[in-house]
Amino acid sequence: MSVIQVNGLSKHFGTLKAVDHLDFSVTEGEVFGFLGQNGSGKSTTIRMLLSLIHPTSGSIELFGKPLNKYRDEILEEVGAIIERPDLYPYLTAKEHLQLFAKLRNKHVGENSIQDTLVKVGLADRSKDKVQTFSLGMKQRLGIAIALLHNPSLIILDEPTNGLDPQGISDIRNLIKQLAQQEGKTVLVSSHLLSEIEQMATQIMIIHKGKKVADGPIQKLLDPNKMIVHIKTTNDAQTLQIILSGSFSNYLLQRNDGIYLRLPDYEIPLLNTSLVNAGVGLIGVETRNSLEDYFLQVTSNTI
Amino acid sequence: MKAIISIELYKIFRRPRTYIAFGAIAALIMVIQLGLKMDGQSYASFLMKDINDTLTVDGKVLNGYLICYILLQLLLVHVPLLVALIAADMISGEANLGTLRLLFTTPYSRTQLVMGKFIAASIYTIVLLIWLAFLALFVSMWIFGTDDLFLLKSNYVVLIQEKDVLWRYVGAFVFASFALLTVTSLGFLMSSMANNSIGPIVGTMSAIVFFTILSTLNIPLFAAIKPYLFTTHMNNWKEFFDIKVNENNEAIYGTILNVAKIKNSIIVLTLHIILFVTASVIITKRKDILS
Repeated sequence: MSVIQVNGLSKHFGTLKAVDHLDFSVTEGEVFGFLGQNGSGKSTTIRMLLSLIHPTSGSIELFGKPLNKYRDEILEEVGAIIERPDLYPYLTAKEHLQLFAKLRNKHVGENSIQDTLVKVGLADRSKDKVQTFSLGMKQRLGIAIALLHNPSLIILDEPTNGLDPQGISDIRNLIKQLAQQEGKTVLVSSHLLSEIEQMATQIMIIHKGKKVADGPIQKLLDPNKMIVHIKTTNDAQTLQIILSGSFSNYLLQRNDGIYLRLPDYEIPLLNTSLVNAGVGLIGVETRNSLEDYFLQVTSNTI
Repeated sequence: MKAIISIELYKIFRRPRTYIAFGAIAALIMVIQLGLKMDGQSYASFLMKDINDTLTVDGKVLNGYLICYILLQLLLVHVPLLVALIAADMISGEANLGTLRLLFTTPYSRTQLVMGKFIAASIYTIVLLIWLAFLALFVSMWIFGTDDLFLLKSNYVVLIQEKDVLWRYVGAFVFASFALLTVTSLGFLMSSMANNSIGPIVGTMSAIVFFTILSTLNIPLFAAIKPYLFTTHMNNWKEFFDIKVNENNEAIYGTILNVAKIKNSIIVLTLHIILFVTASVIITKRKDILS
C-alpha cells in the first residue's frame, strides 16, 4: 500500500519553479531516502507533504486520502521535523513534549513522554530549558516531538544535522528500528549520502525541482555499472586505446582523470588491453557509492 | 480548541517578556500613588484653584475613586503599547523562532490555531486590565479611602455620589476591555503578516499613534473618517462618568448622560475586532510557511 502518493506536484515562487511536476510514491514500512542538492526543492516538497506550503498544481495523497481534504485526519498519523530543530527556548524538553502531546487527539501519557525521552537519549536533560541545549540535543528533541504520538508516517528533513558521530549512528539505528521492528514508513532527507545508503530501501533524487532518479537502492547502485578510475603512465595513449575499441561507450566525460562506467566483468579485459599495448598501469580504482551516483545524476558527470 | 488555548496561555505566561507589562503598570501606578499620598493636597489645591471662589467642597476630594480616574486617564493611553508587545508577537514571533511549522503540522486547522492564539492573547489582555483595575481602583481605595467622586470637566463639574461610583468603574473597565481587545486584534493582524516580531510591534504602536493623531486633530478633511476610527472611540470609557442632571442641575443617581455614544463606540470597536481577526485568519490560511 502506498502511504505517500504524489502526482504532478509543482510549486512556483514567481517565475522560479521550486518543484516541477514531481511524481513519486512511498510504500508502507519502507525507509525512503529523499536526496537533492541545496535548493533542489526537497524542503519545499516536504513542506507540501505537511501542508505548510500550498502546491501550485498536482495532488498529494497520504494513506490513500487527498491531503487537501483530509489534512487534520492525516496529520494525526504523521510526525515530522523540518530542517532546523526550532523550539521554544524558555521551555524545558519535557514541557515541549507535554505541550505537543496535548495537540494530539491520541492520548499520550506521561509514560510515553518519558519513553520517548529515553529513546532519543534526553531523559537526563528533560528538566533543562532548551536554551541550554546544543544543536544536536535540539535535534534529538525535535525527533522526540515527531515520534511522541506514535505516528505511522515519519518525515525527517535533515534529522542528523548537528549531531556528533555517535548521535548520527543512534538516529540511523532508530530509523532502521522504526521501519523494521515497528513497521513505520519513514521519509528521510539528508546531505549525508552514506547515511542514506545505510538506511534507505528506496531513494529518489531531485534536481532543480525535477526527479532525476528513483528506485530501490540496490538497483540504482548496480554492481554491473561500476565507476572505474584508471591511473596510467600515459593518459593520452590510454584514451586512444579506449576510444578506438569497444570501451569507448563506457567513457565518462571528466577533466580530472580517466573514468569509465562499465560492468565489473569488463575490468580485467580493459586491464589486459592496456598492459598488452604497453601502457604502464599505476592503478585501477573502482567506486560504486551513492555519492558517485548522486553526483552523476545531478551534474551529468560522476 | 481548549487544548490550543491552554497551550498558548502556558507559552505566554512562561515568557519573561509577558511580565514587563505587569511590572510597568505596577511601577507606574505605585509611583503616582506614592506621589499623591505624599503631596496630594497640593495637587488637589491646584486642581481646584479656578473654582475655589465659587464652590466650597467638603469631604475628601482626593479619594480612591478620583485617584483611579486620574490613573486611567494617564495609563489607558499607554496600556495599548504594552498589549502590542504580546499580541503582535503571537504569530510572527513563532514564525521567527521557526516553531510555527511545528504547530501547523499538528492535526488542528490553521483557523483553529489562529483563533486559539487570538483567544489566548485576549485573555492576557483581560488579565492585564484586571491587574490595572486592581492596582488603580482597589489599592487606591485602600490607600486613599472613598468619598464622592468630584470631576472637573472642561467647562463643568461632575459630582457623583460615593455609592453611585463603583458600577461606573465596572462599566469603564468593561468598555476598556473592548478598546484593548481592538488593539490586541490589530497587533494580531500585523503579526499574521510578518515573520519577525519587531515589525508588527512597531507597526501596531505606529498605527495607534497615527490614528490617535487623526482622531484628535480638528481638521475638516479628517472629520468624515473620524467616527470610523477605533482610536476615536477608545477613550469613551469616560462617558460612564458623565451623569444626567435634572432641571435644578442636580445629578440624577444611576444615570449616564450619553448611553448611545457608549453603545456606538462598542459597536465600532467590535466591528474592528471582527475585521482584524477575520483578516488574520484569511492571511494565515493562505500563507506558505517558509520560515
